[in-house]
Amino acid sequence: MPTSVHQLDDGAWLSVNDTRQINVSDLWWLARHDFCSCEMADFLAEGFVDIGVDYPNIEGRIAGQCIECGESGVTDWLTLGRVVDPEAGRFFGVDPGSVHVPVRRRRLALPDE
Amino acid sequence: MPSKVEGWKDEVYGTDVREHLYRFAEEGWNAIPEDERDAWFERFKWWGLYHQRKGQESYFMMRIGTPNGRLTPEQLRVVGEIADEYARGPVENPEFGGAYCDWTTRQSIQLHWIQLQDVPEIFEKLEANDLSTIQACGDSWRNIVGSPVAGRDAKEHLDAWPVIQELHETFKGNDDYANLPRKWKVAVTGDTRGSGQAEINDLGFEPASKEIDGEERKGFNVTVGGGLSRKEPRFARDIDVFVTPEEVPEVAGGVSALFRDHGDREDRFNARIKFLVDEWGPEKLRRVLQEDYVEFELRSAGDGLREEYTYNAGRNDEIGDYVGVHEQTDGNYFVGLSVLVGRMGAEDVIELADLAEAYGSEMIGLTQRQNVIVADIAEEDLDDFLSEDVLEYYSPDPHPFLRGSIACTGTEFCSLSIVETKNRMVRYARWLKDNVELPDGIDDFHIHLSGCTASCAQPQIADISLRGMKTRKDGEPVEAFDIGLGGGLGENPQFADWVEMRVAADEVPGYIRNLLRIYDEASDGKESFREFIDRHDEDELNGLAEPEETSYEDPYLGNTKMTWYPYAEETEMDASPTPSPADD
Ligand code: HEM
Ligand code: SF4
Ligand SMILES: [Zn+2]
Repeated sequence: MPTSVHQLDDGAWLSVNDTRQINVSDLWWLARHDFCSCEMADFLAEGFVDIGVDYPNIEGRIAGQCIECGESGVTDWLTLGRVVDPEAGRFFGVDPGSVHVPVRRRRLALPDE
Repeated sequence: MPSKVEGWKDEVYGTDVREHLYRFAEEGWNAIPEDERDAWFERFKWWGLYHQRKGQESYFMMRIGTPNGRLTPEQLRVVGEIADEYARGPVENPEFGGAYCDWTTRQSIQLHWIQLQDVPEIFEKLEANDLSTIQACGDSWRNIVGSPVAGRDAKEHLDAWPVIQELHETFKGNDDYANLPRKWKVAVTGDTRGSGQAEINDLGFEPASKEIDGEERKGFNVTVGGGLSRKEPRFARDIDVFVTPEEVPEVAGGVSALFRDHGDREDRFNARIKFLVDEWGPEKLRRVLQEDYVEFELRSAGDGLREEYTYNAGRNDEIGDYVGVHEQTDGNYFVGLSVLVGRMGAEDVIELADLAEAYGSEMIGLTQRQNVIVADIAEEDLDDFLSEDVLEYYSPDPHPFLRGSIACTGTEFCSLSIVETKNRMVRYARWLKDNVELPDGIDDFHIHLSGCTASCAQPQIADISLRGMKTRKDGEPVEAFDIGLGGGLGENPQFADWVEMRVAADEVPGYIRNLLRIYDEASDGKESFREFIDRHDEDELNGLAEPEETSYEDPYLGNTKMTWYPYAEETEMDASPTPSPADD
């Protein structure tokens, strides 16, 4: 079964195989990023902008704001979770509260969007 | 490449969604193939069903579109009865009980906790009473807004109700306009209050006059491309067109067909017509409208009436919001009742409907300030009506902090939300009423609280604008607000300046108190609050007042979005009893 991922309801959440997996409103710790000038960005996710698959990872760019300094914008690509067993399509989301490193370029199998 | 949502819409959309909805209702929640859920939820919106947020699987919000916010007392009773019977979730709301109706900022009605299996029965009841959920959400003509008391209100330029009825009949269930790139919000204002708030709609008709063949004609000026969402607020742009009431349907159809054909179907974030107007400018929009979409020659704009507007206008001399007792043109009275954050218990709704009927009322109105109007009360019955028990809580003479407060849906049900909204706004309003002395000169004070940047509570056009955010307090994440000041409509519509960012939710009431003290000291009592804010520039407003903890207590300070329902005893996601067992 191909993994189907998309953002829905105006970017309110990330759906993996038609199950709601990740919400907006979580705080994400970002390290080694150029989103803002904070060493660690304390990033409030307000909307999923782009979603892609880089097996087994599900990647995304999120619109939001660093609540430490107030900078707002869209992050580079973040790993949002992984689909461990593509047949069963089980998804394991990352913990937003742990540390994440956004990356600029990725060759992604973009979903049909 | 067209977006994924466009692909789903190409397969099935519009009126055709209904038979599938009925099939799923018959076969049950589990009959929706798991890998088609997202597509079906998107399509259900066209029929007014919006799936509630994570943790509330199998439950839907249902929106009923009431053009002009207008109902009969009978229809109101039906809505109350449906809410009472079907809009009950697994857990009650501590402020509002087990079943309630929301009067929305676009004069519609929202019910929550609706289950698919009940939809056919609900539709049957609604439709037997001339009510419908058609196109209440989704990418097409939404509920058409305007003055609910059109034809009765003395403060009226022309009666826009027949125009709105015609638009409603023409563009609801019309396949040519069923699938637009995005939502399509239309306002038609015929009054001199400006109560349609056309300025913030995709397409607006505002009252105007123009001399045609030597004769002064009443009609509307046309504006296009208003909207508040996503930190990209726009006032609708003047496209320099005056229309007579008879011409409204052709021009409205033309502009929406233009949007259908030219709107962005590749990027939903760029799809609203406000962005097309940004790109084209009003002149090009007018030219394309004239060349390709309208048969007759468009006239230039007439003389508008914005200087008379009183609705959400921040004026000291008059409050145009319909609350209170107002004489109608026929000598009867309409009475506007304040409904705090627009939410009314189902029993109260039924009681109000009975009462309205007993007093011979033929019309109930819902306003964009989330209030309710009972029309057609005879002068000799007025005193009796005003002393009815229900009016003690839903007051025609509310305290300004209660009267002016608006809140959206928030983390209780909404996927996009960042913070809890309605229950918190109720607590804010009560605390302010009990703890803050109203400065001289303030009879009306608008606080609009939205749970995220979608701006459903119209936060940018209020005295105090609150937009959901997060911050940290002692290292812990807490719900917070960005605070804006000085927004409003009226003669010079203005969006708020955002002056205090990420204020912890429990420090907001203290901020408002401190700000009002400063106003009180600096103001002579003649200047309205909005005028006071206006004469300060943004730099001066930053830090003008301090956020502060007070005796106000906030039970929702933690992350309510992490819960399955913020007011449950066991709030963790894992404790969610949803999806509901497909019973009955
Ligand atoms: C389940 C709850 C809701 C959801 C998920 C929701 C979603 C949204 C979204 C995504 C937007 C952004 C609009 C856009 O860019 O097209 C929006 C804006 C808006 N919605 Fe809602 N909404 C909800 C409830 C409400 C309610 C209760 C009302 C009142 C009828 C409402 C009225 C509005 C208004 C007035 C705007 C802003 C004005 C504009 O940009 O047109 N919404 N909503
Ligand atoms: S403003 Fe945001 S939180 Fe409030 S109802 Fe609209 S989408 Fe939901
Ligand atoms: Zn930062």
